[in-house]
Amino acid sequence: MTSTEPKITPELIAEHGLKPDEYQRILTLIGREPSFTELGIFSAMWNEHCSYKSSRLHLRGLPTKAPWVIQGPGENAGVIDIGDGQAAVFKMESHNHPSYIEPYQGAGTGVGGILRDVFTMGARPIAALNALRFGDPKHPRTRHLVAGVVAGIGGYGNSFGVPTVGGLVGFHTRYDGNNLVNAMAVGLADADKIFYAKATGVGLPVVYLGSKTGRDGIHGATMASAEFGEGAEEKRPTVQVGDPFAEKLLLEACLEIMEAGCVVAIQDMGAAGLTCSAVEMGAKGDLGIELDLDKLPCREAGMSAYEMMLSESQERMLMVIAPGKEEQAEAIFLKWGLDFAIVGYTTDNLRFVVKHKGEIKADLPIKELGDEAPLYDRPWVETPKQQRIDPASLEISATIPGALERLIGSPDFASKRWIWEQYDHLILNNTVQRPGGDSAVVRVGEGPKGLALTCDVTPRYCEADPFEGGKQAVAEAWRNITAVGGKPLALTDNLNFGNPEKPEIMGQLVGCLRGIGAAALALDFPVVSGNVSLYNETNGRGILPTPTIGGVGVVDDIEKTATLAFKAGGEAIYVIGETTGWLGQSAFLSEILDREEGAPPPVDLELERKNGDFVRSLIEAELVTAVHDVSDGGLLVAITEMAMASGIGASLLAPEDGINPFAYWFGEDQARYVVTVASGEKAQVLRQAEAAGVTIAKIGGTGGDRLNIPGERPLVIDTLRERNEAWLPIYMGAGLM
Amino acid sequence: MKAAVILFPGSNREGDVASALKHVTGVTPSIVWHADTELPAGTDLVVLPGGFSYGDYLRCGAIAARAAIMDAVRAHAARGGLVLGICNGFQILCESGLLPGVLVRNARLRFVCREALLKVERSDTPFTRRYAKGAIVRYPVAHGEGNYTADTEMLKRLEGEGRVVFRYVMADGKRDDTQVLNGAANSIAGIVSEKLNVLGLMPHPENHVDPLLGPTDGRALFESIAGVLERA
Repeated sequence: MTSTEPKITPELIAEHGLKPDEYQRILTLIGREPSFTELGIFSAMWNEHCSYKSSRLHLRGLPTKAPWVIQGPGENAGVIDIGDGQAAVFKMESHNHPSYIEPYQGAGTGVGGILRDVFTMGARPIAALNALRFGDPKHPRTRHLVAGVVAGIGGYGNSFGVPTVGGLVGFHTRYDGNNLVNAMAVGLADADKIFYAKATGVGLPVVYLGSKTGRDGIHGATMASAEFGEGAEEKRPTVQVGDPFAEKLLLEACLEIMEAGCVVAIQDMGAAGLTCSAVEMGAKGDLGIELDLDKLPCREAGMSAYEMMLSESQERMLMVIAPGKEEQAEAIFLKWGLDFAIVGYTTDNLRFVVKHKGEIKADLPIKELGDEAPLYDRPWVETPKQQRIDPASLEISATIPGALERLIGSPDFASKRWIWEQYDHLILNNTVQRPGGDSAVVRVGEGPKGLALTCDVTPRYCEADPFEGGKQAVAEAWRNITAVGGKPLALTDNLNFGNPEKPEIMGQLVGCLRGIGAAALALDFPVVSGNVSLYNETNGRGILPTPTIGGVGVVDDIEKTATLAFKAGGEAIYVIGETTGWLGQSAFLSEILDREEGAPPPVDLELERKNGDFVRSLIEAELVTAVHDVSDGGLLVAITEMAMASGIGASLLAPEDGINPFAYWFGEDQARYVVTVASGEKAQVLRQAEAAGVTIAKIGGTGGDRLNIPGERPLVIDTLRERNEAWLPIYMGAGLM
Repeated sequence: MKAAVILFPGSNREGDVASALKHVTGVTPSIVWHADTELPAGTDLVVLPGGFSYGDYLRCGAIAARAAIMDAVRAHAARGGLVLGICNGFQILCESGLLPGVLVRNARLRFVCREALLKVERSDTPFTRRYAKGAIVRYPVAHGEGNYTADTEMLKRLEGEGRVVFRYVMADGKRDDTQVLNGAANSIAGIVSEKLNVLGLMPHPENHVDPLLGPTDGRALFESIAGVLERA
């Protein structure tokens, strides 16, 4: 090994994000001091982002199996059988740290990365979603981040040509220094034509495809595995630069060469670039890999082995090509104007060997690079339980109409139209339900089947009670799919937390994972893919625990999906599920009383299932005309959203005696849906509810152009809608003038 | 009717327009690669689809306008053949000289995807026969650079010759150049060539043909084309 590379010093080791005991582990593993390139490889493989060293132990507890699961966690994306020989391939992944440093490129390459994960498995992406969390709108950086992230997501997805059909956007001061960008992609493939990373066969060519390798993104994954301090902006060079045009070409070329039968194994170069993809292909197939970096297509001259191995240049793939298919594969790639180079071979010695300019720059045991990554059982403490809030103890000066007006005009509830209109949500001609509903619905092929897609989590709940919060995130995703008439099939989880070396943060992670696991199990809604993003902290303050759940369900007939808009006047409005008036950690408490306290609403998973199955049966039988799940904001916000989406008003009944009206209208009890029923179907619906043992209560009727709450001033729906639509454009406009 | 959809690297709405053509007219178009030099024999209609040909790099439509196939498209247009350019296709038509003017960045500097109201200014073109003159239709837009502009002379000429076929209008059916969603001069959404055989428009009629997915105001455009070609 060459002497021109830097000497390995404790400082250099620390700069690579490796702890002294982790370095000791390397010495033990290879029996000598690593070369500079090898140190880089270890740092790439063993950082939190790639190795899941803090979370792996606890991820094992998640339910990942069901008869319809084709591929669970561990591959580029999860795969589920959706019937008729078709499979849905999906995953959600974070690009939080890069999106804070450089929002446009950070968010764009987040989208690019997740799209690549999906088409690497042989699936054509048919939909994208994203869950975004920003800091306090008053924070001086927030507007810049919103503008950049949204433009970056649109810039990438629109050009690539995938409809961005849904997602969520929230604001909270705890994300001031660490905004979250969780991007989800869903693809469609033939169930028997899924491609994997596992290489098979000795002496086969390892081929590099796509864009050339540059010096961008070096140590991106390591950067994403550390907290921010002052001067995070200086890390800009670690953010990759996206080229959606190259990705579109890569998609078409990859699908074409897969179709032509050229591909044995395929792995995209994402986090930790060439290092991670080559090691995974070899290690999964019990093979060694030998790379000759002299063959690597490079964007600039004079790149070192270290730089080539750690570059996170985008839009690149690594493949093992079937014997005798090299020429055909090359012709397809050249047709699409992409680079194609044989950069190595599979070997039978289980070594990962990297050669450059006649020197061996790395020679490491390939299995151990992944398998022997540190695994931590980090100390954790349970989050202390909070008391249930007694509504009678609250001093409320607001009125019910006043509180509703404030809520629907607040950052979290305000219409996100300004954002989703910057995303092409119609391309591919399959968008059945556009953004703004409970779930997006996209048609599969020619139909009648469709997929229902959603992203959910309520970080306030997770902070107060990680276990209940984790359960609630899964339950809400399940409920949102149910509310459009879908059958929930599987989920992907994107776990965003602070520094896991702090026992209280680790306790949040452990608690949320247990909650997610319990709900996934109870609802037959297994986890098939996911991503962990830790160290979302700035100057020692962590984000709210945010385990975003991406849910996928199947709709048998897209003509029978339900939407939340009222359909006509003169219909009865019912709430399904029990309303006890749970105000702890509610949006009402936070937004109107400026208090984030109390126990969050408990989630009764059996009840979720019973009520959800009932609602789905009503939709299938076409007995309900509009359906909306009740989530944060409670009953009154749900009804108002149904009214605003339609322009049709409602007259509501007074709550029963004994319940605090604020708690009744704004409480966030779980497992609830609001439905509307035409007069001819009411008896039938009530009979079926009784037979199913489901709690159902009439709460009013549709009609007029106002929202009438007994004893309160009426609210004009158009005015409510204007208020709901106004906040975001005004907020963003002020920053753009 | 024989239709051909040109596929440039970075096109991404070729499938949308192909499926819309099939859905409305029953015709499955051939997909023609940009590097080819000839259109399939007997091609009646050429479609330049939406997307980001060549990543919109340099200037949107500029590189595609110089692709090998474009000589054949120009020859087809010169023979009076129908050419339909949607979104990026409209940008390519402007860049290749088949239509005047240019599409620049939206006035608000943001990509915009929403339903737009359009007035059909004339119903005597091969593309709009099945619409009533003055009809207000809904097509979605999805573009970042759909702000049509041309010099004053050319705008005057286009208006004088009645070559503005689609114009953005407000909810009241009237045009408001100060409020138009992308800043287009004279609220122009689509124009035709002098001989009426080349149409370029920013909005996407191909995304509004299926009642399952929303409004179906785009159907009549494809029906018009098919009607004209069947009679020919």
